[in-house]
Amino acid sequence: MNIASHYSYWATIFLTVGGLYIVIARGNLVKKLIGLAIFQTSVYLLYIAPGKLIGGTAPIVSARYEVYSNPLPHVLILTAIVVGIATLALGLAIVVRIREAYGSIEEDEIVAADAGRGERE
Amino acid sequence: MRDYLVLRVIAKLMIVFMLVFALYVQFHGDFGPGGGFQAGVIAAAAIIFYAIIYGLPAARKVVPDWLVETMVAAGVLLYASVGVAGMLLGGNYLDYFVLHADPVEGQHRGIFWVEVGVFITVAGVMLKIFYLFAGRPGEEEEGK
Amino acid sequence: MAVVTVGITVQRNLFAVVVLFGAYSFLMATVLVALDAVDVAMTEAAVGAGISTVLLLGTLYLVRKEEMKPLHRPLLPLAVAVATGAVLAYGTLGLPAFSDPEAPIQRHVAPRYIHDALRETGVPNVVTAVLASYRGYDTLGEVMVVFTAGAGVIALLRRRRGGRKEDRQ
Repeated sequence: MNIASHYSYWATIFLTVGGLYIVIARGNLVKKLIGLAIFQTSVYLLYIAPGKLIGGTAPIVSARYEVYSNPLPHVLILTAIVVGIATLALGLAIVVRIREAYGSIEEDEIVAADAGRGERE
Repeated sequence: MRDYLVLRVIAKLMIVFMLVFALYVQFHGDFGPGGGFQAGVIAAAAIIFYAIIYGLPAARKVVPDWLVETMVAAGVLLYASVGVAGMLLGGNYLDYFVLHADPVEGQHRGIFWVEVGVFITVAGVMLKIFYLFAGRPGEEEEGK
Repeated sequence: MAVVTVGITVQRNLFAVVVLFGAYSFLMATVLVALDAVDVAMTEAAVGAGISTVLLLGTLYLVRKEEMKPLHRPLLPLAVAVATGAVLAYGTLGLPAFSDPEAPIQRHVAPRYIHDALRETGVPNVVTAVLASYRGYDTLGEVMVVFTAGAGVIALLRRRRGGRKEDRQ
């Protein structure tokens, strides 16, 4: 095992960690959603990179090629991408409604506003 | 955006190409990369482009709200009915090979209609979400 | 792509963050093409760089455009993230090497799909054949998810008749 054989995994892990850090460490809700999207795309990479065969080609059967990359992860990730954008759209709709209800999209301000409201009730 | 002449002219050319390209991706998905999802997103992007350049009311006139909402539901219905048709003709749910005398031709038909259903729903949902986001009054109008 | 990710983390102007995210999606689509995943690359380019950017810009139009300065130093989240990364990296040591033809992923179902797809379905694009025929149920579920997301956004953002000003005191 050398660096070249596992490099794809480490690059993926860097993106995963980056996305995770943005989600937990930043308070702005839109940025959190973008961090989540980065996390999701790194998972796509995690699935597709092992399916690739060097010297192969895209999995479209043709008489000219013999070796194909694995089509199964492609199918799963295709579904995952569409589900990811569904999640992003719903998340952004919720952010818009939060903005209208609280007047801010920073997590700290929203928590403080909730605590203030909780004390008054 | 209506006043930028270059944008308007380019938009007129590109939107036509984008719609045709979306149909190409949809129907050529059997032989090359493509299929329902990609085609749906590209078609929605073409209409969104039109809405950005010419304004949301103009886009609403071209693709009205009731049409978009019908598209959202119709695609799912189409997909499910292909499955039910498979059941009615003797196989299990979503069996394609019973749809025609020749099982391979039946697969072709099943895959075709299923992809059309996916295309309609994806394009409808993307467009509807854009309409909703763009239709809300912005920050400046809320008096903040 | 690592540079773009760091840029997204540090940048506080949200509009710049959205543009950087669009660049990130395009780079990801390019990487996917290099990995022979052409269907996925087309979807990622269309969805990530197209629709996601449009929706994010639409959201930015409706909310504030700058990010607040963080109140406390994010040392604990940084430690958590790095620790998670270290554990994941340790886990990958057991995974097969890149592009190993003997890896388990290449053995079980995939050769059967590649071998039989053209003969059984008449469709040369194996990904479409698997998506629409062999795994048709999953695609039905996915269309349902898209539909539900659309219905959810409609429920959240629909404007009542008479304008919104009446339900805001």
